[in-house]
Amino acid sequence: MSFTIKKEGEIVVVDVEGQLIVGNRQELKQKVLDELERGEKKFLIDFAQTGYIDSSGLGVLVSLSKKIREQGGELRLANLNDDLKTLFELTKLDTLFQISDTRDRALASF
Amino acid sequence: MAALIPPDAGLRVSLEVVIPSDVAYIERVVDLVRHPCAELAYNAHQLALNVPVALSEAISNAILRANNEDPIKRVLVRAEIDTRQLVVDVQDEGEPFDLDGNIRDATDPENLEREDGRGLFLMRALMDRVERFDANGAAPGGNVVRLTLARA
Repeated sequence: MSFTIKKEGEIVVVDVEGQLIVGNRQELKQKVLDELERGEKKFLIDFAQTGYIDSSGLGVLVSLSKKIREQGGELRLANLNDDLKTLFELTKLDTLFQISDTRDRALASF
Repeated sequence: MAALIPPDAGLRVSLEVVIPSDVAYIERVVDLVRHPCAELAYNAHQLALNVPVALSEAISNAILRANNEDPIKRVLVRAEIDTRQLVVDVQDEGEPFDLDGNIRDATDPENLEREDGRGLFLMRALMDRVERFDANGAAPGGNVVRLTLARA
């Protein structure tokens, strides 16, 4: 499991490879917060290569979304597979995040 | 004519894993349980969502809440898997807790922006049954959280 961060124009894109769970959530949080501290405002997390997400992983996404909003920025999500969509729907977090089907659509939505 | 019996109908897999109270082990235990479920043709959603997420939550609770990440305390995971159902017991060495007393609705608008509080909610949503028993071991204390899921 790993997180890759790159810039697409003004947008910081994070790829989550493998699981986003209690064992690695802090790593994701810290990487995104470091970018936020550097002044970045627009964030996209891409789940195209993600396996499963547990409640700690969901919690980190909620927490990051709040912190980014507090700094006047935005966090958006892309490429949730059917099971991840179900997870977001079950927890109603699909109502909290702007979620796009593809990376390109998400990038264009900012 | 004899009824057709699926070739895996009599198969039953039992496994037992003991891990230290360290969340780094969770993913490996989930994979160990998921593998026989895949062999016994549990459906793709159960393999990708129900089993890994619910099990990850149960083990994580045992490590973080019950055992408080105490390096001396262990978590025992016992799974029985056949073509009808998966039953997993996750046993900790912590103080008894009241599973049924925790009924906070994680989807309530007031709770939606909380970072925590979705673990038990997800276990209940993704499993057919979630139960808690007192552990029946040599050491005093300890809880067993039992997850049950019928194969689909």
